[in-house]
Amino acid sequence: MTKGRHIVSAFDDDLITVQAKISEMGGLVEVLLSEALEALKNRDAELAQAVILKDKQMDAMEIGLEELATQIIALRQPMAQDLRVLLSAIKIASTLERIGDLAKNIARRAIYLSEAKPVKISHSIVHMGQETLRQLSEVLDAHSQRNAELAVDIWNRDVEIDEMYNAIFREVVTYMMEDSRMIGLGSQLLFVAKNLERIGDHTTHISEMIYYVVKGEPLGDDRPKGEPIGLGVSPF
Amino acid sequence: MSDMTDTVKISTKNVDVFYGDNHAINDVSVDILHNTVTAFIGPSGCGKSTFLRCLNRMNDTIDSCKITGDLLMDGEDIYAKSVDPVQLRAKVGMVFQKPNPFPKSIFDNVAYGPRIHGLVGNKTDLEEVVEKSLRRAAIWKEVKDRLHAPGTSLSGGQQQRLCIARAIATAPEVLLMDEPASALDPIATAQIEELIDELRHNYSVVIVTHSMQQAARVSQKTAFFHLGDMVEYGDTSTIFTNPVDQRTQDYITGRFG
Repeated sequence: MTKGRHIVSAFDDDLITVQAKISEMGGLVEVLLSEALEALKNRDAELAQAVILKDKQMDAMEIGLEELATQIIALRQPMAQDLRVLLSAIKIASTLERIGDLAKNIARRAIYLSEAKPVKISHSIVHMGQETLRQLSEVLDAHSQRNAELAVDIWNRDVEIDEMYNAIFREVVTYMMEDSRMIGLGSQLLFVAKNLERIGDHTTHISEMIYYVVKGEPLGDDRPKGEPIGLGVSPF
Repeated sequence: MSDMTDTVKISTKNVDVFYGDNHAINDVSVDILHNTVTAFIGPSGCGKSTFLRCLNRMNDTIDSCKITGDLLMDGEDIYAKSVDPVQLRAKVGMVFQKPNPFPKSIFDNVAYGPRIHGLVGNKTDLEEVVEKSLRRAAIWKEVKDRLHAPGTSLSGGQQQRLCIARAIATAPEVLLMDEPASALDPIATAQIEELIDELRHNYSVVIVTHSMQQAARVSQKTAFFHLGDMVEYGDTSTIFTNPVDQRTQDYITGRFG
């Protein structure tokens, strides 16, 4: 983190506001994901509906942050780390907004699933969701602390979520092969798992932004990734 | 056009400058590359202008000024006894902060250098050099119909471009510019910056500027000075995006003090 304050103190205020808005968006997206998982676990269609409505706030917050960052860039001509903070704020806001969309999509499917008969596999998916949520919370902490080491650690751990996804994928496909009446329900579950896996990827993207802000260089692209989906499932 | 970027035009090593007891430059070593714009940035009093003025011995006129270290142009010692400072300054031209045209006509301002250095044989040649210099300084079209009007009758931006034409009329190899656009409006500034980019194809340009945006726009290399030290030198794109030294970072992001 850059030490010291700007000579123009209003510039510091601007950057603090940007940071606060990211934290605010991060807080809301944590709530969205956690409530979507709650709705999935408890077969609570009402809560799922509330998540869908709340996601609208994310869009408005993203637009607000983008406008603020653009204005600061135009008015203050930031350099070096200040510029990186603003550019990555725009990207992080858009990533958080996408995570919000995925959480909303999980809530939609939770409504469908609440009307179907309960299935055992939901527990694995909720467990995967909790792990995804934990990494998301950690990456938001890493962002507010400008902690590049923590960010890299989370980035490396996304492979665990990938592996959970692959395990769930195999299991659900097996169910669907055993009982074709499971196909509709199974597809919904697969979409939920896929959404969580995507949230994990977005989380690593935020890790990359944190690393870039602190170190001034990209983190690179050789992140450990899970094996390609569907591997090990016989192609019928 | 030959591209000699990366060849060293002026090499300086362990340069110290004293004004009496005041140690103004402390052990500075930096290379000025051919066909490259090098920007010197830093807060007031950091030594960047002093260092710039060492490169064409402008500090010789200050009695209390003492310079040690190696300053070589094309491998030749700039401070050797055999070097005539006047000849040196024809090769290492300079443009100052405030436009300072001679109280002469536009034509004579530009013709002055080639005349005293005996660079031209006859009137036709001289007229050619004047026209070429004014064209290269991007002011020819504005003054071609009033070459015998006084240089001081031009606007500030035009005067500065006239001074640049005057500086390049002696076919210098290096052009030193000390805040060349600080007294100009944004349009004249943009014209000067465009010109600097043009000039770089034939000369090495060294520019001292307080405007970091300007340094970022016109230069390929940047050196950051602070309290007589050269803190950091590198590619302009690196200095302004990811400098190594905390002091550079603090200065360019507006956090000094």
